[in-house]
Amino acid sequence: MKVTMAHGSGGESTSKLIESVFAKHFHNEILDRLEDSAVVGGSSKIAVTTDSFVVTPIIFPGGDIGRLSVCGTVNDLLMSSSTPKYLTCGCILEEGLDLEVLDKVIKSMAETANEAGVKIITGDTKVIENKGGEPGLIINTSGVGFIRDDAEIPGPFNLKDGDKIIISGNLGDHHATILGARMGISNNICSDAAPLVEMVTKLLDNGIKVHAMRDVTRGGLGTVLNEFASSSKCQINLYEEALPVSDAVKDFCGILGLDIMYMGNEGKMVLSVAAEDADRAFSIIRSSKYGENATIIGNVVKTDKNDDIKGVILNTKIGGKRTIGLMYGEGLPRIC
Amino acid sequence: MANKSFQEIIDFLKNYDGEEVRIMEVCGTHTAAISENGIPSMLSPKISLISGPGCPVCVTVTAVIDKLVELSLRPDTIVLTFGDLIRVKGTEKSLADAKAEGANVRMVYSPTETVTLAKEDPDHTYVFAAIGFETTTPVYAMVLKEAIEQDIHNLKLLTSLKTMPEVIRWVVNNGGGIDGFIAPGHVAAITGSDVFKELSDELGIPFVVSGFEGKQLLMTIYALVLMKGKKGIKNLYKDVVLPKGNIKAKEIVDKYFCPSDASWRGMGKIKGSGMCLKPEYSSFDAGSVGLDEDHMPPGCSCAKVLVGKVKPYECPLFGKSCTPDNAHGACMVSTEGSCYNYFVSGRR
Repeated sequence: MKVTMAHGSGGESTSKLIESVFAKHFHNEILDRLEDSAVVGGSSKIAVTTDSFVVTPIIFPGGDIGRLSVCGTVNDLLMSSSTPKYLTCGCILEEGLDLEVLDKVIKSMAETANEAGVKIITGDTKVIENKGGEPGLIINTSGVGFIRDDAEIPGPFNLKDGDKIIISGNLGDHHATILGARMGISNNICSDAAPLVEMVTKLLDNGIKVHAMRDVTRGGLGTVLNEFASSSKCQINLYEEALPVSDAVKDFCGILGLDIMYMGNEGKMVLSVAAEDADRAFSIIRSSKYGENATIIGNVVKTDKNDDIKGVILNTKIGGKRTIGLMYGEGLPRIC
Repeated sequence: MANKSFQEIIDFLKNYDGEEVRIMEVCGTHTAAISENGIPSMLSPKISLISGPGCPVCVTVTAVIDKLVELSLRPDTIVLTFGDLIRVKGTEKSLADAKAEGANVRMVYSPTETVTLAKEDPDHTYVFAAIGFETTTPVYAMVLKEAIEQDIHNLKLLTSLKTMPEVIRWVVNNGGGIDGFIAPGHVAAITGSDVFKELSDELGIPFVVSGFEGKQLLMTIYALVLMKGKKGIKNLYKDVVLPKGNIKAKEIVDKYFCPSDASWRGMGKIKGSGMCLKPEYSSFDAGSVGLDEDHMPPGCSCAKVLVGKVKPYECPLFGKSCTPDNAHGACMVSTEGSCYNYFVSGRR
């Protein structure tokens, strides 16, 4: 069975689609009321975020657009030290999309939401004409998280002299997976799409002084750290030897001339943590789900003399230094 | 060199205080590897590395881009291209600009894909932008062989193929002031290291064939500093580069292509510095002959940068109006371009 324009008409076909796919998988006491809007309780400050997801292929090694759409929004909420609670789900389906594929994606969203401890409480579906090519779908998720009473909200402007920079695992897995799938290169690389709830919760429960925290997505580590360095007017020193990258991703980048510093992930975060807390933070992340390859990769230097500040500097394996600048262009594979 | 430890070599290069040595890397992949490894920060100010004309995208004249743009705007034609060529501006537009206007431009990742695309869609002409050096030419030859074997005639090549030896001669004879060359590893794997031995004998300048690992590049630079003023060749990339090169690759290239003059961005036409389709395969040519015009953007120093007369940051546009997102010259577009590399890695 395929998605047809009738599924977006608002009539019986729409109701059937919602019942048989969305309501079936998302099912919870708030959503089940199927009201115009979901009404939920709450007394703390809240964090709100939204993100849209477009990816080809829809299903890839290690995940699918459904898992991605939950992880992306949940991780964004976590990065403000909030506890993710609720998500919305807006789906734009292309006519001709296989209903089995849709079911798989929505089931995966539900499972990932369950893993992350969030509820999908309202949603919307539209159908658009297929303009040629494999029919796809676009998902938008908005999320609400409750800010912890005791939380000092980390931010890119908040890095302090002596902070340690920690990355929660291997770089570039998701990016290499998607590029590999599009280019028809067979390898064992899998997307790292994952909700980082456990590690963030444990860090905050243990009172770790997290000065800045970001999930490493499009633009990669280089882009996030440049934002940290420029917002906090500091220098970040990285050590190439310490950067965690799997051999498969390293080879993939080598062949295509891609720079690992700008390769995206969907289940990794980078933190700037007070020096005295760094070892503890490192152990907590390492012992959390999805944190087994976490590594301390650098440190922060902040002085009053602006001349000394040189952005993000990578100390290379052979003892050289290079600046990690902003990313330009789309990171296209080179010609030879 | 064998008696020195790697640490001693590092110390030597950092503290070198002899006569100034100017070393040119002629290969774009070397330019990128040198930046990635932070090698310039490890050298004494008396040792300068100069990026030469070895980035295929950077040396492509605007007439070739213009031709590709024109072809891509024809309703019955689809232009296929590798990598970052898509962003290089012609006289007015890049292929990316044309694509945004609805032109048929597709990026391909594997050359065999081009044959499949053409085969499955006989109603359109597929034009493959065949840009590159000795390294990539065998790939285009393979595509042609495949197309001929499968009797596919709606796949054509727009060639702008370059060869290294003549342009190296040109750089030396046009005031580059180069004391030694890091010979291009990938090119040498095809041509063989003997080609560079002949060049060294003729020009009286040393060549060292290098791979792309940081450590090997440092050893190469060390060897070239010691060899300054003498002719000679060393091959530090012996696992990959043989004296006679890759015979099979050379054979397939010779079957379909023959030497020709070629136009280089900012340098003009250099005799015998390229390859073109042999006359018997001209039906596979999408119109590559006579594409010599070259419009350098006003103020752009690419021409001087490509031959080492000017460092990228000495160009008045560098980092000001010319950045990777708004590149005036091709050297700022390609990830192997010298301006791009100097800009993103803060190289000086």
